[in-house]
Amino acid sequence: MTGSRERILGRVRAALADVPRDERPDDVAVPRTYASAHGGDPVPTLVDRLEDYKASVHRVTAGGLAEAIAEAARRRSLARLVVPPDLPAEWTTATPATIVRDDGLTIDELDAVDGVVTGCAVAIAETGTIVLDTGTAQGRRAVSLIPDVHLCVVRADQVVNGVPETVAQLDPHRPLTWISGPSATSDIELDRVEGVHGPRILEVIIEEG
Amino acid sequence: MSRTFVGMPDFPTAAAGATHDPQLRHNLREATHTIRDKRDSAVGELDDWAQLRAAGKAIKDRTLRHLDGYLEQLESAVTAAGGTVHWAADAEEANAIVTRLVRDTGEREVVKVKSMATQEIELNNALDQAGITAYETDLAELIVQLGDDLPSHILVPAIHRNRAEIREIFLRTMADWGVPAPENLSDQPAALAEAARVHLRRRFLDTKVAISGANFAVADTGTLVVLESEGNGRMCLTLPETLISVVGIEKIVPSWSDLEVFLQLLPRSSTGERMNPYTSTWTGPTDGDGPRNFHLVLLDNGRTNALADEVGRQALRCIRCSACLNICPVYERTGGHAYGSVYPGPIGAILNPQLHGTSDPVDASLPYASSLCGACYEVCPVAIDIPEVLVHLRERVVSEPGHAAEKATMGAAGWVLNDGRRLGLAQRAIGAARSMVPRHIPGPPSAWTDTRDLPDIPEKSFRQWWRKREKAQEDETTGARQPREDGAEGRQRSDRRGGERS
Ligand code: SF4
Repeated sequence: MTGSRERILGRVRAALADVPRDERPDDVAVPRTYASAHGGDPVPTLVDRLEDYKASVHRVTAGGLAEAIAEAARRRSLARLVVPPDLPAEWTTATPATIVRDDGLTIDELDAVDGVVTGCAVAIAETGTIVLDTGTAQGRRAVSLIPDVHLCVVRADQVVNGVPETVAQLDPHRPLTWISGPSATSDIELDRVEGVHGPRILEVIIEEG
Repeated sequence: MSRTFVGMPDFPTAAAGATHDPQLRHNLREATHTIRDKRDSAVGELDDWAQLRAAGKAIKDRTLRHLDGYLEQLESAVTAAGGTVHWAADAEEANAIVTRLVRDTGEREVVKVKSMATQEIELNNALDQAGITAYETDLAELIVQLGDDLPSHILVPAIHRNRAEIREIFLRTMADWGVPAPENLSDQPAALAEAARVHLRRRFLDTKVAISGANFAVADTGTLVVLESEGNGRMCLTLPETLISVVGIEKIVPSWSDLEVFLQLLPRSSTGERMNPYTSTWTGPTDGDGPRNFHLVLLDNGRTNALADEVGRQALRCIRCSACLNICPVYERTGGHAYGSVYPGPIGAILNPQLHGTSDPVDASLPYASSLCGACYEVCPVAIDIPEVLVHLRERVVSEPGHAAEKATMGAAGWVLNDGRRLGLAQRAIGAARSMVPRHIPGPPSAWTDTRDLPDIPEKSFRQWWRKREKAQEDETTGARQPREDGAEGRQRSDRRGGERS
């Protein structure tokens, strides 16, 4: 089947006989006149969009983070919370839940916890999107996927306005997960149901100042 | 295990059946109108939609005109990132490659993320014949698979099923596939979704091989991108040891930064959301996180035929958003199955005949499965001029020796022709929306353009007329017969255009 590579490339070249030989990709102009963002005050916009997706949002000051995480754990009756190995220890000091650090837990062990706490890499205000890039305080992808409740901490300085700014800031060589609200489906008569396979509950805690 | 499209009747025959199915028409109407309205407001939010659309079109044109170079670039970037690239000239070869890759793992079960490319090559059948069971994990695809059925919409493949039917399918078949449905299952969507969650959970956690498609493949970085809602995609892309992605060669975008355009265009056009719940990107395997082995199968399967057609080539810009289906009056009446392929609706009508050629009566009839109203072009986020390609393909069909075009044509146009008023309106729409469309349509359709005067260009555009007609229909069903007054309609229309600004 090594011949298929040459065959396909040959067909592609033959199909493009009308393209002048000296045309370079850049000769096909791409008008980049679209906006880099669509305005608005980022944090309130983010809150509005997240709530639109039925995520719960809490805004706290720097000192209030541990209490906000504890409060969410109490409200959702989360007895065991998994956290990435490098999650700042002070985030979880107030919570009564048992903290399980992910030091390579098996999938079944992850399935047995009630929730997960992570940070994020970037949040996009105008689309209500949180991006995880497996960097600091985010852990590997399975950690934010398997538990049913995801408590996600966003620092106000991580919030950007639009998609173009976000794409420019991210490193494509890291695996990325963009999250816009909890898992959802509209496959049955287009009725939206929150929670299918991913976390059914997304709580976002925005830390300001 | 799953049915195929082989042996489907041609479009007119299938459409005639479908248009007489009141349940199907009702489901489709509800569904397409709901998504359409959501799309309008999501698009209307961005005042630079026209610029995004122009950029999206241009990026895809750049890709297609230099596809050979981008394919080579993608191959080396994926390889450098630790992935393995395979090339498949046709469906048979793609299936053979995937089957071999699965066999090499020693596994007999795979989980699948919804993917049109794997439906196109009928991968599940091929795996089944090799003794490998493929489990669909997207809720709608699961409904289709359990119901031994065919998908009928790009975005909501089970759009033709209502909740009672879905409940019945789950109760009847889930036990044969794995965890059974609870006996007291209700037909509430939340209960049905929960049954699917329970049914698939173990499967996700245990299965070692996953098969996906991709929405985009980035040539300069070797990154693959999948957009989804339910989290089944994340499960399949993250938990198994081996990931095999089957991707059409047209899915390339040149550079990472180009995603800034498509990640705005696609969710808003498709589900009418600002962003879909989950987007995953990966660049080869990552140590200690996700699959250890990543295989990319690059699929031609007729795409180079489409590429060779200078007019038809633009169909390869398609990002499978399904906006054209939801706006299409023909699709709304016939549903997706009538198109006899995984690509239904207006995009299917131009893509299928190009991928497969037009020797088959289904494909030959598809260029006629349209009223040429132009609505599909207006909503398309990458500005594919579907009516232009349709007319072009009609010429091709009728110029081929031994064509069955006369029957195909008249039949496909039947839904328009059997109502004189509808015909007049459709023709007016042609005149208004598409001044480039020849007044005398070449070939067999001349049978009807010849015998009817095409009216002068009307004051109202097609969209105005269509809006008004829909409104009237809604009023009919709700009992109110109040036609909208002009001011209101004008406002509504300009809201919509504000989003489009094309
Ligand atoms: S042709 Fe355009 S509108 Fe239709 S599915 Fe493709 S991108 Fe969407």
